[in-house]
Amino acid sequence: MSVEGDRKGRLGPLYKGHEGQYSWLLHRVTGVAIILFLFAHVVDTAVVGWGPDAYNRVASVYHNPFVRLLELGLVAAVLYHSINGVRITLIDFFPRLTRHARGLGIATVLLFVAAMIPITWIMGTAIIDLLREG
Amino acid sequence: MATTTEVRPQEPLHGPKPPGTGRDRPVGGFELWTWLFMRISGLVLLILAVGHVLIMHVLDEGVDRVNFAFIQLRWASPFWKAWDWLMLVLALLHGVNGLRMITLDYIRPHGARLAVNTFFAVLGAALMALGTIIVVTFDPTQWPAP
Repeated sequence: MSVEGDRKGRLGPLYKGHEGQYSWLLHRVTGVAIILFLFAHVVDTAVVGWGPDAYNRVASVYHNPFVRLLELGLVAAVLYHSINGVRITLIDFFPRLTRHARGLGIATVLLFVAAMIPITWIMGTAIIDLLREG
Repeated sequence: MATTTEVRPQEPLHGPKPPGTGRDRPVGGFELWTWLFMRISGLVLLILAVGHVLIMHVLDEGVDRVNFAFIQLRWASPFWKAWDWLMLVLALLHGVNGLRMITLDYIRPHGARLAVNTFFAVLGAALMALGTIIVVTFDPTQWPAP
């Protein structure tokens, strides 16, 4: 099916924004993931009010390779949502930048990937160490 | 600067927009304020949340060193208490409003949408209260020194 065909609206109320639809979708998915984690994270952090025994038991949840993989995903979600959010804000505050929408989109992805390479290395090696400990 | 709210001309839903005129935005009222809040709080959270994530989860052994003694040391400083409290408030408001924007797209019945939005608003308010109480009342000297 041609893109022109889609654009005439035969698929109904679908977003037809090319690359833009993926950044829009990713922004949503990462945003929802972050707020759902935040709801739980406020509660687990609040346990510090009950002292060292209680809080250290909660913090020990992170001593698990699978949880650490989720943690890496959380860091990626926060980074992507932040960098893409800056792109959206720039375009909204300076509408003339829509002319450079494509370049800004590419810059967003490059910046995110560039940041994730060292982060994945650092957090990944820690996860592997944890697996070796058993 | 204009003293009245400028109403943008109605544009066709699928027609081409003149280049360089940007995306649609709310023209006024509550929606314009939340629109602006999302962008301003987003920029502040870029510092607060990305900084938090890097400090607590990536750099210098990351979460491996986070335990009660670490929080005890960290929250002895008003700077980090203020950082964490501001992040708590902005992130909850930003996130709950983000969820509200999503319900506008996916939940059409008015009553169901209101119920979901009320649920998240109440949950957000309760967590904001809980987090505020903990940050404000936490006294590092109340517990044995690490």
